Amino acid sequence: MLGEHGSFILACYGVSALVLGTLALWTVLDGRLVRRQLGELEARGVRRRSAGTPEA
Amino acid sequence: MALMDLANPTRFLALSGRVLPWLTALALATLAVGFFLAFRAPSDYQQGETVKIMYIHVPFAWLAMFGYSLMALSALGILVWRHPLADVAHKAMAPIGAVFAFLCLVTGSLWGRPMWGTYWVWDARLTSMLVLLLLYLGLLALRSAIEDPNQAGRAAAVLSLVGFVNVPIVKFSVDWWNTLHQPASVFRMDGPTIHSSLLWPLMICAVGFTLLMLALHMAAMRNEIYRRRLRVLEARAAAEAAYA
Repeated sequence: MLGEHGSFILACYGVSALVLGTLALWTVLDGRLVRRQLGELEARGVRRRSAGTPEA
Repeated sequence: MALMDLANPTRFLALSGRVLPWLTALALATLAVGFFLAFRAPSDYQQGETVKIMYIHVPFAWLAMFGYSLMALSALGILVWRHPLADVAHKAMAPIGAVFAFLCLVTGSLWGRPMWGTYWVWDARLTSMLVLLLLYLGLLALRSAIEDPNQAGRAAAVLSLVGFVNVPIVKFSVDWWNTLHQPASVFRMDGPTIHSSLLWPLMICAVGFTLLMLALHMAAMRNEIYRRRLRVLEARAAAEAAYA
């Protein structure tokens, strides 16, 4: 189906999927980690000034 | 509401939180359609089935340049208006642009071996694209080498503006020098030279990858805004602990 150079075509699509997938996964995991750390600090009562004071 | 008011980190988080899932879904759907059409498209009369590499290689090349151009625009925002969201956009694009430039080089190399008989030649197009990748990597290294984020942002902005001179060199290298790489065949003054049966899948794949890059950039910008808030809160927590 992909002819005599099929391995080159498959390698291109495979590497691209792997690298872009890793980038997307890294972005998602990085976002989760930062938001979790931010949530932990806010739960301890540390908040940004513009976020107002925590409820008593 | 002024445009600058919209470019506020809090408003950006609210707006991007609503847009991002739809943008991601649209990108994946467009890419699915693009790949479906690409694998149903006829093979090239000279390159045979290897033309299928074009549907990813060409968008990667365009987007590597597009990403850098967005960084150069953001650099103006940093240096002229000192806008925090411009710095966030600039920083978030660097790893994404580097990935697209890297994939352009890898897929081009894998396409070159069966068509040219070599993975690499030091011709103007390939070399200028390698320089673009090195610029992206240099910007990443520069940011991580300077501790003060404001100083790092300004230094990276200056470097990215200086490096922007390479973008037209990448684009016109095939016209200015005698290269093994073929000349432009889509964006030409006299119109595309690719048959529409190959051009349409290519354009749909290009739109899909553009939407994917924008979605990744939006997500990375959100992460960077949260990271900056985290840094502020950590400093505040440390200060409170020192007073206690």
